[in-house]
Amino acid sequence: MITLKVNGQDHQVDADPDTPLLYVLRNDLELNAAKFGCGLGQCGSCTVIVDGKAVQSCVTPLVLLAGKQVTTLEGLGTLAAPAPIQRAFIEEQAAQCGYCIAGMMMRAQALLMRNPKPTDAQIRAELEPNLCRCGTHMRILRAVHRAARLMDTADAASDRSVR
Amino acid sequence: MNGPVILDRRSVLAGAGALIVSFSLRGASAQEQKPGQGPELPGSLAKFPYLDSWIRIDADGRITAFTGKAELGQGFRTAFQQIAAEQLDVAFEAVKMITADTKLTANEGYTSGSHSMQDSGTAILHAAAQARGLLVAEAARRLELPAETLRTENAAVVAPDGRRLGYGELVAADILHVQAQPTSPLKDPQNFKVMGQPVPRVDIPAKVTGGAAYVQDMRLPGMVHARVVRPPSYGAELVELDAAAVEKMPGVIRIVRDGNFLAVVAEKEFLAVKAMHALAAAAKWRESARLPNQNDLPNVLTKLPSQDFAIFSRNDSSVTGTRTIEATYTRPYQSHGSIGPSCAVAQFADGAMTVWTHTQGVYPDRQAIAEMLGMPQPSVRLIHVEGSGCYGHNGADDAAADAALIARALPGRPVRVQWMREQEHGWEPYGPAMVTRLSASLDAGGKIADWNFAVWSNTHSMRPGGAGALLAAQHMAKSFAVPAPKPLPLPEGGGDRNAIPIYNFPNAHVMHHFIAAMPLRISAMRALGAYHNVFSLESFMDELADLAGADPVEFRLKHLDDQRGRAVVEKAAEEFGWSRDRKAPPNRGHGFAFARYKNLAAYCAIASEVEVDRETGRARLVRAVAAVDAGQVVNPDGITNQIEGAIVQSASWTLYESVAFDDTRITSIDWQTYPILRFNAVPDSIKVHIINRPGQPFLGSGETGQGPAAASLANAIAHATGKRLRDLPISRKKIKDAIDA
Repeated sequence: MITLKVNGQDHQVDADPDTPLLYVLRNDLELNAAKFGCGLGQCGSCTVIVDGKAVQSCVTPLVLLAGKQVTTLEGLGTLAAPAPIQRAFIEEQAAQCGYCIAGMMMRAQALLMRNPKPTDAQIRAELEPNLCRCGTHMRILRAVHRAARLMDTADAASDRSVR
Repeated sequence: MNGPVILDRRSVLAGAGALIVSFSLRGASAQEQKPGQGPELPGSLAKFPYLDSWIRIDADGRITAFTGKAELGQGFRTAFQQIAAEQLDVAFEAVKMITADTKLTANEGYTSGSHSMQDSGTAILHAAAQARGLLVAEAARRLELPAETLRTENAAVVAPDGRRLGYGELVAADILHVQAQPTSPLKDPQNFKVMGQPVPRVDIPAKVTGGAAYVQDMRLPGMVHARVVRPPSYGAELVELDAAAVEKMPGVIRIVRDGNFLAVVAEKEFLAVKAMHALAAAAKWRESARLPNQNDLPNVLTKLPSQDFAIFSRNDSSVTGTRTIEATYTRPYQSHGSIGPSCAVAQFADGAMTVWTHTQGVYPDRQAIAEMLGMPQPSVRLIHVEGSGCYGHNGADDAAADAALIARALPGRPVRVQWMREQEHGWEPYGPAMVTRLSASLDAGGKIADWNFAVWSNTHSMRPGGAGALLAAQHMAKSFAVPAPKPLPLPEGGGDRNAIPIYNFPNAHVMHHFIAAMPLRISAMRALGAYHNVFSLESFMDELADLAGADPVEFRLKHLDDQRGRAVVEKAAEEFGWSRDRKAPPNRGHGFAFARYKNLAAYCAIASEVEVDRETGRARLVRAVAAVDAGQVVNPDGITNQIEGAIVQSASWTLYESVAFDDTRITSIDWQTYPILRFNAVPDSIKVHIINRPGQPFLGSGETGQGPAAASLANAIAHATGKRLRDLPISRKKIKDAIDA
């Protein structure tokens, strides 16, 4: 048994220490957002945040996560109470198939946590490890800019209206 | 409800001709319908004429719309819901959409060819409008008022005196179980409230909050995880397997072997992955060197035996050319490269097989899987669940077959199979390599006098049905042979899609050299042959414009009679700020291209600005401006999203992508060996301008951008560098070599 802290809660996980975090999140904790894309750390669809940093969960074994805080997209907000970045992606309609989007959002969230007002060039550089095949990139960029504005707005939290 | 209502259907549809009412088909599967006599019905109603195949209203007022097409991320689930809501006069939210499921929906074949709006959207449009007409007629009968005096709003028929009858009250006695009529009481586009609006996609909220949105996210009770050990190369035979150690791994449930098909099932997913690696190490395969020389692919292809079709010929001996040029363009094999590897869940219980799959064709795939398993089709149900974007025939059908074959060995237990990255890259059926040879002459006035276009290509669809289309069936001990490939028929075509010029040339000849032999596994990839044919044709138009000393946009317009085509060309040029002198900043170039997809679907013109680093050869699309005419617009943001995506994806194909292989194995098996566009190459801006055509047929926009985007980019690179590059991909190295030459 390994204790894993995910989205603020401790979970007792019965998995081998070499198990990549992704499989534990998806199967043991039944969290959908992080996706299997390559298992090689090449595409970013499995991206989650560990202690404030974007991490590719498909190549991060459980054994490295003792005492660390894991955040997934589910930990940011919900359908009823979406986080600014979730609102931003909905408002910009920033998805086609959407398979890569959760990973994009988590990498962007990590950027916005340490740099609330990133430039366009900084956003592009940050998202470099993440692949999108539908060609939704322009919308993803717009959504990250929008998320930055939403987070910056004092009443972002109170205004939960999603069109 | 006020008890049973006896309906006189002739009075309900007075003057509309005989109605064929059949209750015997009620509950029978939708695919067994026979169309009635008379004029062809619109869209997929032609094959499935019963209104309640498309629209159902329950007595409690619930409204359901059905489509046999599969949502692939193109957003039509939302668009169809808009269509149904608009024509029924109900709120958008009041309609529930059911998509491709062999138990519930019509057999609309594949979700492909930008046909969804045209086929299924049109069927829903007319079915919903006719359903509304029937409801009004029924209300008129009950209220004893002329139908013209009634109006509909918010799922009710309303009389001038304020009396209302809800749709649910009116649907007694299977009022919608009637065959459609050739014409429908469609709403005037001027009164649209839902159609034409950028209604937000219904699927996006779940996708950005961690909801279960994909087949990959399914978790059925008792579900187990399987992984397939695929052969290392085409045709490899499993000659030795020592599976004893893998069988003993705790948590491994079963090793499934059938000839060259090998898979392992485990309680937990990562254990299945580890067992797969162990099993692969324990397997010995006999491989054969059967792949062609990648570096000589155009020669290999054009020397293969071909069936030759003269698909277009126009002659006007009064016009002769004075200056002639010719050119050859090539395209390599290219990968769909879905971000999520293919996945399926299957369960074999009580003699019935259920497969949840992201296939593009639940019915054809069901036929293939049933044939593979030796089961009657009615005992096999395929339910479409979204997967990662596919852009054509990727591993979806194969993964569904894998899951079904493995699930049969474990009755009762749901089996989830997901491919590994290297399996998706190594085994998906690629977009076919192609060669085009063009020659044309200009007359003394600088117009094209004659035009010759020849294309060499495989087929562009090896989709199931036929079990032999499935990898698992090919690999089984009692294996199924790969079906013989066929050229896809014109006017849509396959390898020859968009090979016939839309321009008006006095002399024009187009040859399609159909190559039956398939050195690599290939099938349908977004736009089929149109990607390369439009790249070739529109590149060559620029070469001819150069020769004529003409502006590329003016040169195109000079040869283009189609008014809607001219409109998108003019719109894209104007919005881009296209100028005759094509003055671009240093190391930048401007390019233009246009096509009407399949010469019968959506029109698309794209102007591009590219920057080229002369030191490295690196090219980046800086900005693109597109104009598109997809007929009546249902969701403008949906069209914009499709065109934006087409431009970016096509830029990736055009600049970077080529399947790599040695004489035995595919060697591009991940994102390192098959690089695609990353954020450092994303344009600064993409603008899409839609020309709406209210009341006109839906034309479908999913694939119209692929060809023009490629040619526009290639033309911009030629403008920036002064060098014409004709072999895809137009890679950094090719640009650098051309600059240095």
